[in-house]
Amino acid sequence: MNFLRPIGRVAISFLEATGRLALFTFRGVSHCVRPPFFPRLILRQMIDIGYFSLPVVGMTAIFTGMVLALQSYSGFARFNAESAVATVVVLSITRELGPVLAGLMVAGRIGASIAAEIGTMRVTEQVDALTTLSTNPVKYLVAPRLIAGTLMLPCLVLIADIIGVFGGYLISVFKLDFNATNYLQLTWEFLKPMDVISGLVKAAVFGFIVTLMGCYHGYNSRGGAQGVGRATTNAVVSASMLILAANYVLTSIFFGD
Amino acid sequence: MTGAQKITLKGVAKAFGDKHVLAGLDLDVPAGQSTVIIGGSGSGKSVTLKCILGLIRPDAGTITIDGEDVTDLSRSQKEEVNRRIGMLFQSGALFDSLSVVDNVAFGLIQGKRIARREAQAIALDKLAQVGLGREVADLSPDELSGGMRKRVGLARAIATDPEIIFFDEPTTGLDPIMGAVIDELIVKTVKEMGATALSITHDMASVRRIGDRVAMLHDGKIIWNGAVAEIDQSGNEHVDQFIHGRAEGPIKMGVRA
Repeated sequence: MNFLRPIGRVAISFLEATGRLALFTFRGVSHCVRPPFFPRLILRQMIDIGYFSLPVVGMTAIFTGMVLALQSYSGFARFNAESAVATVVVLSITRELGPVLAGLMVAGRIGASIAAEIGTMRVTEQVDALTTLSTNPVKYLVAPRLIAGTLMLPCLVLIADIIGVFGGYLISVFKLDFNATNYLQLTWEFLKPMDVISGLVKAAVFGFIVTLMGCYHGYNSRGGAQGVGRATTNAVVSASMLILAANYVLTSIFFGD
Repeated sequence: MTGAQKITLKGVAKAFGDKHVLAGLDLDVPAGQSTVIIGGSGSGKSVTLKCILGLIRPDAGTITIDGEDVTDLSRSQKEEVNRRIGMLFQSGALFDSLSVVDNVAFGLIQGKRIARREAQAIALDKLAQVGLGREVADLSPDELSGGMRKRVGLARAIATDPEIIFFDEPTTGLDPIMGAVIDELIVKTVKEMGATALSITHDMASVRRIGDRVAMLHDGKIIWNGAVAEIDQSGNEHVDQFIHGRAEGPIKMGVRA
Protein backbone atom coordinates (compact mmCIF):
# COMPACT_ATOMS: atom_id res chain seq x y z
CA MET A 1 0.00 0.00 0.00
CA ASN A 2 3.06 2.19 0.16
CA PHE A 3 2.54 3.52 -3.34
CA LEU A 4 -0.65 5.25 -2.16
CA ARG A 5 1.25 7.35 0.31
CA PRO A 6 2.84 9.83 -2.11
CA ILE A 7 -0.53 10.29 -3.82
CA GLY A 8 -2.17 11.03 -0.49
CA ARG A 9 0.59 13.41 0.46
CA VAL A 10 0.23 15.36 -2.78
CA ALA A 11 -3.56 15.47 -2.37
CA ILE A 12 -3.31 16.69 1.22
CA SER A 13 -0.74 19.38 0.45
CA PHE A 14 -2.85 20.52 -2.51
CA LEU A 15 -5.93 20.83 -0.31
CA GLU A 16 -3.86 22.61 2.34
CA ALA A 17 -2.58 25.13 -0.17
CA THR A 18 -6.08 25.68 -1.55
CA GLY A 19 -7.45 26.24 1.94
CA ARG A 20 -4.65 28.64 2.85
CA LEU A 21 -5.16 30.62 -0.35
CA ALA A 22 -8.92 30.73 0.20
CA LEU A 23 -8.47 32.06 3.75
CA PHE A 24 -5.91 34.60 2.56
CA THR A 25 -8.25 35.74 -0.21
CA PHE A 26 -11.11 36.10 2.24
CA ARG A 27 -8.97 38.13 4.64
CA GLY A 28 -7.65 40.31 1.84
CA VAL A 29 -11.08 41.03 0.37
CA SER A 30 -12.67 41.66 3.76
CA HIS A 31 -10.02 44.32 4.46
CA CYS A 32 -10.76 45.90 1.07
CA VAL A 33 -14.31 46.70 2.11
CA ARG A 34 -13.78 47.60 5.77
CA PRO A 35 -12.35 50.94 6.93
CA PRO A 36 -9.84 52.35 7.64
CA PHE A 37 -8.66 52.68 4.06
CA PHE A 38 -5.29 53.93 2.93
CA PRO A 39 -6.02 56.31 0.03
CA ARG A 40 -2.37 57.36 -0.34
CA LEU A 41 -1.22 53.76 -0.62
CA ILE A 42 -4.02 52.89 -3.04
CA LEU A 43 -3.13 55.87 -5.22
CA ARG A 44 0.55 54.94 -5.24
CA GLN A 45 -0.28 51.37 -6.26
CA MET A 46 -2.68 52.62 -8.94
CA ILE A 47 0.07 54.74 -10.46
CA ASP A 48 2.52 51.86 -10.29
CA ILE A 49 0.13 49.28 -11.74
CA GLY A 50 -1.71 51.51 -14.19
CA TYR A 51 0.53 54.28 -15.39
CA PHE A 52 3.91 52.56 -15.34
CA SER A 53 2.56 49.45 -17.07
CA LEU A 54 1.37 51.52 -20.04
CA PRO A 55 4.55 51.19 -22.17
CA VAL A 56 4.72 47.41 -21.80
CA VAL A 57 1.02 46.86 -22.37
CA GLY A 58 0.95 49.39 -25.23
CA MET A 59 3.84 47.72 -27.04
CA THR A 60 2.24 44.32 -26.61
CA ALA A 61 -1.08 45.59 -27.93
CA ILE A 62 0.26 47.38 -31.00
CA PHE A 63 2.36 44.43 -32.20
CA THR A 64 -0.46 42.00 -31.50
CA GLY A 65 -2.84 44.14 -33.58
CA MET A 66 -0.29 44.32 -36.41
CA VAL A 67 0.32 40.57 -36.41
CA LEU A 68 -3.41 39.85 -36.31
CA ALA A 69 -4.01 42.00 -39.38
CA LEU A 70 -1.17 40.32 -41.29
CA GLN A 71 -2.15 36.79 -40.32
CA SER A 72 -5.87 37.10 -40.88
CA TYR A 73 -5.26 38.84 -44.22
CA SER A 74 -2.96 36.10 -45.50
CA GLY A 75 -5.49 33.51 -44.34
CA PHE A 76 -8.67 35.14 -45.57
CA ALA A 77 -7.14 36.12 -48.91
CA ARG A 78 -7.26 32.43 -49.83
CA PHE A 79 -11.06 32.58 -50.09
CA ASN A 80 -11.52 36.25 -50.93
CA ALA A 81 -12.74 37.24 -47.49
CA GLU A 82 -10.25 40.09 -46.91
CA SER A 83 -13.04 42.36 -45.70
CA ALA A 84 -13.27 40.26 -42.52
CA VAL A 85 -9.80 41.42 -41.40
CA ALA A 86 -11.08 44.49 -39.53
CA THR A 87 -13.73 42.50 -37.67
CA VAL A 88 -11.31 39.72 -36.76
CA VAL A 89 -8.79 42.22 -35.43
CA VAL A 90 -11.23 44.18 -33.30
CA LEU A 91 -13.06 41.15 -31.90
CA SER A 92 -9.87 39.23 -31.10
CA ILE A 93 -8.35 42.22 -29.38
CA THR A 94 -11.33 43.32 -27.30
CA ARG A 95 -12.62 39.89 -26.36
CA GLU A 96 -9.45 37.87 -25.83
CA LEU A 97 -6.01 39.18 -26.62
CA GLY A 98 -6.33 42.60 -24.98
CA PRO A 99 -7.24 41.34 -21.51
CA VAL A 100 -5.22 38.10 -21.64
CA LEU A 101 -1.98 39.59 -22.95
CA ALA A 102 -2.26 42.67 -20.73
CA GLY A 103 -2.95 40.35 -17.79
CA LEU A 104 0.09 38.21 -18.57
CA MET A 105 2.37 41.24 -19.05
CA VAL A 106 1.15 42.79 -15.80
CA ALA A 107 1.63 39.42 -14.07
CA GLY A 108 5.28 39.57 -15.10
CA ARG A 109 5.72 43.19 -14.16
CA ILE A 110 3.49 43.78 -11.16
CA GLY A 111 2.96 40.27 -9.76
CA ALA A 112 6.71 39.80 -9.56
CA SER A 113 7.43 43.17 -7.99
CA ILE A 114 4.65 42.80 -5.39
CA ALA A 115 5.89 39.33 -4.43
CA ALA A 116 9.49 40.56 -4.19
CA GLU A 117 8.59 43.64 -2.18
CA ILE A 118 6.28 41.94 0.34
CA GLY A 119 8.58 38.90 0.43
CA THR A 120 11.56 41.09 1.31
CA MET A 121 9.46 42.86 3.94
CA ARG A 122 8.57 39.45 5.35
CA VAL A 123 12.13 38.13 5.59
CA THR A 124 13.49 41.42 7.00
CA GLU A 125 10.77 41.36 9.71
CA GLN A 126 9.07 44.50 8.36
CA VAL A 127 5.76 42.61 8.23
CA ASP A 128 6.16 41.67 11.91
CA ALA A 129 7.12 45.27 12.64
CA LEU A 130 3.77 46.41 11.20
CA THR A 131 1.97 44.16 13.67
CA THR A 132 3.98 45.51 16.60
CA LEU A 133 3.00 49.03 15.48
CA SER A 134 -0.69 48.07 15.73
CA THR A 135 -1.17 47.95 11.98
CA ASN A 136 -2.70 44.92 10.32
CA PRO A 137 -0.27 43.88 7.56
CA VAL A 138 -3.07 42.50 5.39
CA LYS A 139 -4.92 45.79 5.56
CA TYR A 140 -1.81 47.87 4.99
CA LEU A 141 -0.02 45.80 2.34
CA VAL A 142 -2.54 43.51 0.66
CA ALA A 143 -5.82 45.45 0.46
CA PRO A 144 -4.45 48.56 -1.35
CA ARG A 145 -2.79 46.36 -3.98
CA LEU A 146 -5.91 44.27 -4.54
CA ILE A 147 -8.03 47.39 -4.95
CA ALA A 148 -5.53 49.07 -7.28
CA GLY A 149 -5.06 45.95 -9.43
CA THR A 150 -8.78 45.31 -9.82
CA LEU A 151 -9.48 48.93 -10.75
CA MET A 152 -6.49 49.67 -12.95
CA LEU A 153 -6.36 46.64 -15.21
CA PRO A 154 -9.67 47.46 -16.96
CA CYS A 155 -8.31 50.97 -17.67
CA LEU A 156 -5.12 49.48 -19.06
CA VAL A 157 -7.06 47.03 -21.21
CA LEU A 158 -9.31 49.75 -22.59
CA ILE A 159 -6.20 51.61 -23.74
CA ALA A 160 -4.68 48.37 -25.02
CA ASP A 161 -7.86 47.71 -27.04
CA ILE A 162 -7.54 51.09 -28.77
CA ILE A 163 -3.81 50.69 -29.42
CA GLY A 164 -4.29 47.12 -30.67
CA VAL A 165 -7.00 48.12 -33.13
CA PHE A 166 -4.80 50.99 -34.23
CA GLY A 167 -1.95 48.53 -34.88
CA GLY A 168 -4.23 46.48 -37.12
CA TYR A 169 -5.34 49.64 -38.87
CA LEU A 170 -1.74 50.70 -39.55
CA ILE A 171 -0.88 47.41 -41.26
CA SER A 172 -4.17 47.16 -43.14
CA VAL A 173 -4.03 50.70 -44.51
CA PHE A 174 -0.33 51.21 -45.14
CA LYS A 175 0.78 47.70 -46.03
CA LEU A 176 -2.28 45.82 -47.26
CA ASP A 177 -3.78 48.80 -49.12
CA PHE A 178 -7.17 48.86 -47.41
CA ASN A 179 -9.20 52.05 -47.70
CA ALA A 180 -8.83 53.85 -44.34
CA THR A 181 -12.47 54.97 -43.99
CA ASN A 182 -13.72 51.62 -45.13
CA TYR A 183 -11.52 49.80 -42.62
CA LEU A 184 -12.72 51.89 -39.69
CA GLN A 185 -16.30 51.41 -40.77
CA LEU A 186 -15.84 47.64 -40.88
CA THR A 187 -14.23 47.80 -37.43
CA TRP A 188 -17.29 49.51 -35.96
CA GLU A 189 -19.92 47.62 -37.88
CA PHE A 190 -19.86 44.29 -36.07
CA LEU A 191 -18.53 45.47 -32.73
CA LYS A 192 -21.07 45.09 -29.90
CA PRO A 193 -20.78 46.74 -26.47
CA MET A 194 -20.65 43.27 -24.92
CA ASP A 195 -17.39 42.50 -26.75
CA VAL A 196 -15.64 45.35 -24.97
CA ILE A 197 -17.43 44.96 -21.65
CA SER A 198 -16.62 41.26 -21.38
CA GLY A 199 -12.97 42.11 -21.97
CA LEU A 200 -13.03 44.74 -19.24
CA VAL A 201 -14.67 42.37 -16.76
CA LYS A 202 -12.00 39.82 -17.58
CA ALA A 203 -9.37 42.51 -16.99
CA ALA A 204 -10.74 43.28 -13.53
CA VAL A 205 -10.62 39.58 -12.62
CA PHE A 206 -7.07 39.25 -14.00
CA GLY A 207 -5.97 42.34 -12.09
CA PHE A 208 -7.32 40.79 -8.90
CA ILE A 209 -5.57 37.49 -9.67
CA VAL A 210 -2.19 39.11 -10.38
CA THR A 211 -2.15 41.25 -7.24
CA LEU A 212 -3.56 38.44 -5.09
CA MET A 213 -0.88 35.98 -6.25
CA GLY A 214 1.86 38.57 -5.74
CA CYS A 215 0.64 39.35 -2.22
CA TYR A 216 -0.02 35.72 -1.28
CA HIS A 217 3.36 34.38 -2.32
CA GLY A 218 5.22 37.38 -0.97
CA TYR A 219 3.36 37.30 2.34
CA ASN A 220 4.11 33.61 2.86
CA SER A 221 7.71 33.63 1.67
CA ARG A 222 10.29 32.05 3.95
CA GLY A 223 14.01 31.64 3.98
CA GLY A 224 15.94 34.70 2.88
CA ALA A 225 16.87 35.72 -0.64
CA GLN A 226 16.16 32.29 -2.05
CA GLY A 227 12.70 32.27 -0.53
CA VAL A 228 11.92 35.67 -2.02
CA GLY A 229 13.15 34.45 -5.42
CA ARG A 230 10.91 31.41 -5.16
CA ALA A 231 7.96 33.57 -4.12
CA THR A 232 8.49 35.82 -7.14
CA THR A 233 8.60 32.91 -9.57
CA ASN A 234 5.57 31.27 -7.99
CA ALA A 235 3.63 34.52 -8.11
CA VAL A 236 4.22 34.99 -11.85
CA VAL A 237 3.66 31.35 -12.80
CA SER A 238 0.53 30.87 -10.69
CA ALA A 239 -0.93 34.21 -11.79
CA SER A 240 -0.34 33.33 -15.47
CA MET A 241 -1.91 29.89 -15.08
CA LEU A 242 -4.90 31.23 -13.19
CA ILE A 243 -5.39 33.98 -15.79
CA LEU A 244 -5.55 31.43 -18.61
CA ALA A 245 -7.89 29.17 -16.64
CA ALA A 246 -10.12 32.06 -15.52
CA ASN A 247 -10.19 33.32 -19.10
CA TYR A 248 -11.72 30.05 -20.27
CA VAL A 249 -14.32 30.11 -17.50
CA LEU A 250 -15.24 33.74 -18.18
CA THR A 251 -15.41 33.22 -21.94
CA SER A 252 -17.73 30.25 -21.48
CA ILE A 253 -19.93 32.36 -19.18
CA PHE A 254 -20.09 35.31 -21.60
CA PHE A 255 -20.19 33.56 -24.94
CA GLY A 256 -20.89 29.91 -24.04
CA ASP A 257 -24.42 29.67 -25.33
CA MET B 1 7.05 36.11 43.87
CA THR B 2 5.78 39.65 44.30
CA GLY B 3 2.58 40.77 42.67
CA ALA B 4 4.21 43.23 40.33
CA GLN B 5 4.70 40.93 37.35
CA LYS B 6 4.22 42.66 34.01
CA ILE B 7 4.39 39.59 31.83
CA THR B 8 3.95 35.98 32.94
CA LEU B 9 4.47 32.92 30.79
CA LYS B 10 3.27 29.57 32.10
CA GLY B 11 4.03 26.27 30.43
CA VAL B 12 4.36 27.83 26.99
CA ALA B 13 5.11 25.22 24.33
CA LYS B 14 5.60 25.56 20.61
CA ALA B 15 6.71 22.99 18.06
CA PHE B 16 7.48 23.47 14.37
CA GLY B 17 6.87 20.09 12.77
CA ASP B 18 8.55 17.62 15.12
CA LYS B 19 11.04 20.19 16.42
CA HIS B 20 10.01 21.28 19.93
CA VAL B 21 11.35 24.82 20.22
CA LEU B 22 9.60 25.72 23.46
CA ALA B 23 8.79 22.91 25.87
CA GLY B 24 6.87 24.29 28.83
CA LEU B 25 8.55 27.63 29.36
CA ASP B 26 7.84 29.50 32.61
CA LEU B 27 8.97 33.10 33.03
CA ASP B 28 8.01 36.12 35.10
CA VAL B 29 8.97 39.56 33.86
CA PRO B 30 8.79 42.01 36.78
CA ALA B 31 7.33 45.45 36.08
CA GLY B 32 9.71 48.36 35.68
CA GLN B 33 12.78 46.17 35.41
CA SER B 34 14.94 45.00 32.55
CA THR B 35 14.92 41.25 32.03
CA VAL B 36 17.28 39.60 29.59
CA ILE B 37 16.78 36.14 28.12
CA ILE B 38 20.06 34.51 27.14
CA GLY B 39 20.59 31.29 25.25
CA GLY B 40 22.34 29.82 22.24
CA SER B 41 21.34 30.37 18.66
CA GLY B 42 18.18 28.46 17.85
CA SER B 43 17.24 28.00 21.52
CA GLY B 44 13.87 29.65 20.98
CA LYS B 45 14.53 33.19 22.25
CA SER B 46 12.95 34.87 19.23
CA VAL B 47 10.00 32.46 19.28
CA THR B 48 9.38 33.43 22.91
CA LEU B 49 9.18 37.12 22.00
CA LYS B 50 6.97 36.40 19.00
CA CYS B 51 4.60 34.37 21.18
CA ILE B 52 4.19 37.29 23.58
CA LEU B 53 3.59 39.66 20.66
CA GLY B 54 1.00 37.31 19.24
CA LEU B 55 2.94 36.82 16.00
CA ILE B 56 3.10 33.11 16.79
CA ARG B 57 0.34 31.21 18.60
CA PRO B 58 1.75 28.81 21.21
CA ASP B 59 0.58 25.19 21.16
CA ALA B 60 0.10 25.13 24.92
CA GLY B 61 0.45 27.33 27.98
CA THR B 62 -0.73 30.81 28.88
CA ILE B 63 0.75 34.27 28.50
CA THR B 64 -0.56 37.10 30.64
CA ILE B 65 0.24 40.81 30.44
CA ASP B 66 -0.84 42.84 33.51
CA GLY B 67 -2.84 39.82 34.62
CA GLU B 68 -4.81 39.71 31.37
CA ASP B 69 -4.63 36.50 29.38
CA VAL B 70 -3.39 37.40 25.90
CA THR B 71 -2.80 33.89 24.58
CA ASP B 72 -5.95 33.48 22.51
CA LEU B 73 -6.93 36.97 21.49
CA SER B 74 -8.41 37.91 18.13
CA ARG B 75 -6.35 40.04 15.77
CA SER B 76 -8.02 43.30 16.72
CA GLN B 77 -7.68 42.58 20.44
CA LYS B 78 -4.01 41.81 19.86
CA GLU B 79 -3.59 45.15 18.10
CA GLU B 80 -5.00 46.75 21.24
CA VAL B 81 -2.46 44.92 23.42
CA ASN B 82 0.39 45.70 21.05
CA ARG B 83 -0.32 49.42 21.43
CA ARG B 84 1.30 49.07 24.86
CA ILE B 85 4.36 47.30 23.44
CA GLY B 86 7.29 48.65 21.45
CA MET B 87 9.83 46.44 19.74
CA LEU B 88 13.33 46.98 18.47
CA PHE B 89 14.03 44.37 15.79
CA GLN B 90 17.40 42.77 15.28
CA SER B 91 17.97 44.34 11.88
CA GLY B 92 15.85 47.39 12.65
CA ALA B 93 13.06 46.22 10.32
CA LEU B 94 12.63 49.82 9.17
CA PHE B 95 10.12 50.29 6.36
CA ASP B 96 12.31 51.08 3.40
CA SER B 97 9.49 52.70 1.47
CA LEU B 98 9.25 55.44 4.12
CA SER B 99 11.67 58.13 5.27
CA VAL B 100 13.31 57.95 8.69
CA VAL B 101 10.88 60.40 10.30
CA ASP B 102 7.85 58.62 8.80
CA ASN B 103 9.19 55.34 10.16
CA VAL B 104 9.36 56.78 13.66
CA ALA B 105 5.96 58.46 13.31
CA PHE B 106 4.33 55.30 11.92
CA GLY B 107 2.99 53.92 15.20
CA LEU B 108 1.67 57.36 16.16
CA ILE B 109 -0.17 57.87 12.87
CA GLN B 110 -1.49 54.34 12.31
CA GLY B 111 -1.76 53.04 15.86
CA LYS B 112 -2.71 56.15 17.81
CA ARG B 113 -4.37 58.09 14.98
CA ILE B 114 -2.38 61.25 15.66
CA ALA B 115 -2.33 63.84 12.86
CA ARG B 116 0.64 63.53 10.56
CA ARG B 117 2.23 66.89 11.30
CA GLU B 118 1.98 66.46 15.05
CA ALA B 119 3.26 62.87 14.83
CA GLN B 120 6.29 64.03 12.87
CA ALA B 121 7.09 66.62 15.51
CA ILE B 122 6.99 63.91 18.20
CA ALA B 123 9.11 61.70 15.94
CA LEU B 124 11.77 64.41 15.67
CA ASP B 125 11.84 64.63 19.47
CA LYS B 126 12.28 60.88 19.74
CA LEU B 127 15.06 60.96 17.15
CA ALA B 128 16.80 63.65 19.19
CA GLN B 129 16.40 61.43 22.26
CA VAL B 130 18.45 58.69 20.55
CA GLY B 131 21.03 61.21 19.38
CA LEU B 132 19.91 61.76 15.80
CA GLY B 133 19.45 65.26 14.40
CA ARG B 134 17.02 66.72 11.89
CA GLU B 135 19.44 66.04 9.06
CA VAL B 136 18.67 62.31 9.06
CA ALA B 137 14.89 62.78 9.26
CA ASP B 138 14.32 62.83 5.52
CA LEU B 139 16.84 60.13 4.63
CA SER B 140 15.73 56.75 3.44
CA PRO B 141 16.60 53.82 5.76
CA ASP B 142 18.96 52.29 3.19
CA GLU B 143 21.19 55.37 3.47
CA LEU B 144 21.86 54.68 7.14
CA SER B 145 24.71 52.78 8.79
CA GLY B 146 24.01 49.78 11.05
CA GLY B 147 24.28 51.82 14.24
CA MET B 148 22.00 54.54 12.92
CA ARG B 149 19.42 51.96 11.85
CA LYS B 150 19.37 50.63 15.41
CA ARG B 151 18.90 54.15 16.74
CA VAL B 152 16.01 54.81 14.38
CA GLY B 153 14.55 51.41 15.29
CA LEU B 154 14.85 52.38 18.97
CA ALA B 155 13.21 55.76 18.32
CA ARG B 156 10.36 53.98 16.53
CA ALA B 157 9.98 51.49 19.38
CA ILE B 158 9.67 54.24 22.01
CA ALA B 159 7.68 56.69 19.88
CA THR B 160 4.30 55.68 21.31
CA ASP B 161 5.62 55.70 24.91
CA PRO B 162 4.96 51.99 25.41
CA GLU B 163 4.83 50.36 28.84
CA ILE B 164 6.76 47.36 27.57
CA ILE B 165 9.71 47.35 25.18
CA PHE B 166 11.22 44.28 23.54
CA PHE B 167 14.79 44.27 22.31
CA ASP B 168 15.75 41.53 19.87
CA GLU B 169 19.55 41.17 19.92
CA PRO B 170 20.16 44.92 20.22
CA THR B 171 23.93 44.72 19.72
CA THR B 172 24.18 42.02 17.07
CA GLY B 173 25.97 43.23 13.94
CA LEU B 174 27.47 46.30 15.62
CA ASP B 175 31.08 46.95 16.57
CA PRO B 176 31.77 46.74 20.35
CA ILE B 177 31.82 50.52 20.80
CA MET B 178 28.58 51.10 18.94
CA GLY B 179 27.13 48.15 20.84
CA ALA B 180 27.98 49.87 24.12
CA VAL B 181 26.50 53.15 22.87
CA ILE B 182 23.22 51.46 21.91
CA ASP B 183 23.09 49.64 25.26
CA GLU B 184 23.60 52.93 27.08
CA LEU B 185 20.77 54.47 25.07
CA ILE B 186 18.53 51.52 25.88
CA VAL B 187 19.23 51.78 29.61
CA LYS B 188 18.70 55.54 29.55
CA THR B 189 15.42 55.48 27.63
CA VAL B 190 13.98 52.57 29.58
CA LYS B 191 14.80 54.28 32.88
CA GLU B 192 13.40 57.61 31.69
CA MET B 193 10.16 56.04 30.55
CA GLY B 194 9.85 53.72 33.53
CA ALA B 195 9.09 50.95 31.08
CA THR B 196 9.42 47.21 31.48
CA ALA B 197 12.11 45.85 29.17
CA LEU B 198 12.51 42.32 27.87
CA SER B 199 15.57 41.64 25.75
CA ILE B 200 17.03 38.60 24.11
CA THR B 201 20.70 38.40 23.34
CA HIS B 202 23.73 36.16 23.37
CA ASP B 203 26.16 39.03 23.93
CA MET B 204 27.25 38.71 27.58
CA ALA B 205 28.79 42.19 27.72
CA SER B 206 25.43 43.58 26.66
CA VAL B 207 23.59 41.46 29.25
CA ARG B 208 25.62 42.96 32.09
CA ARG B 209 25.00 46.47 30.80
CA ILE B 210 21.26 46.38 30.14
CA GLY B 211 19.94 43.65 32.42
CA ASP B 212 18.52 43.78 35.94
CA ARG B 213 17.52 40.14 35.76
CA VAL B 214 18.73 37.29 33.58
CA ALA B 215 16.95 34.13 32.48
CA MET B 216 18.72 31.39 30.60
CA LEU B 217 16.77 29.50 27.95
CA HIS B 218 17.93 26.01 27.06
CA ASP B 219 16.06 23.11 25.41
CA GLY B 220 12.86 25.14 25.37
CA LYS B 221 12.83 25.84 29.12
CA ILE B 222 14.15 28.49 31.47
CA ILE B 223 16.88 26.63 33.33
CA TRP B 224 18.12 29.51 35.46
CA ASN B 225 16.65 32.82 36.51
CA GLY B 226 18.18 35.44 38.78
CA ALA B 227 19.61 38.91 39.27
CA VAL B 228 22.37 39.89 36.88
CA ALA B 229 24.84 40.23 39.77
CA GLU B 230 24.34 36.59 40.70
CA ILE B 231 25.10 35.24 37.28
CA ASP B 232 28.74 34.44 38.03
CA GLN B 233 27.72 32.40 41.08
CA SER B 234 24.76 30.66 39.48
CA GLY B 235 26.08 27.20 40.28
CA ASN B 236 24.52 26.07 37.02
CA GLU B 237 26.88 24.31 34.61
CA HIS B 238 24.87 25.41 31.57
CA VAL B 239 25.00 29.06 32.59
CA ASP B 240 28.72 28.86 33.37
CA GLN B 241 29.45 27.34 29.99
CA PHE B 242 27.39 30.00 28.24
CA ILE B 243 28.74 33.09 30.00
CA HIS B 244 32.32 31.95 29.54
CA GLY B 245 31.73 30.88 25.95
CA ARG B 246 33.23 27.40 26.27
CA ALA B 247 32.79 24.88 23.48
CA GLU B 248 33.04 22.02 25.99
CA GLY B 249 30.29 21.48 28.54
CA PRO B 250 26.78 20.21 29.07
CA ILE B 251 25.37 22.27 26.17
CA LYS B 252 25.97 20.43 22.90
CA MET B 253 25.61 22.70 19.92
CA GLY B 254 24.32 20.61 17.05
CA VAL B 255 26.28 21.54 13.96
CA ARG B 256 23.07 21.46 12.01
CA ALA B 257 21.04 23.39 14.58
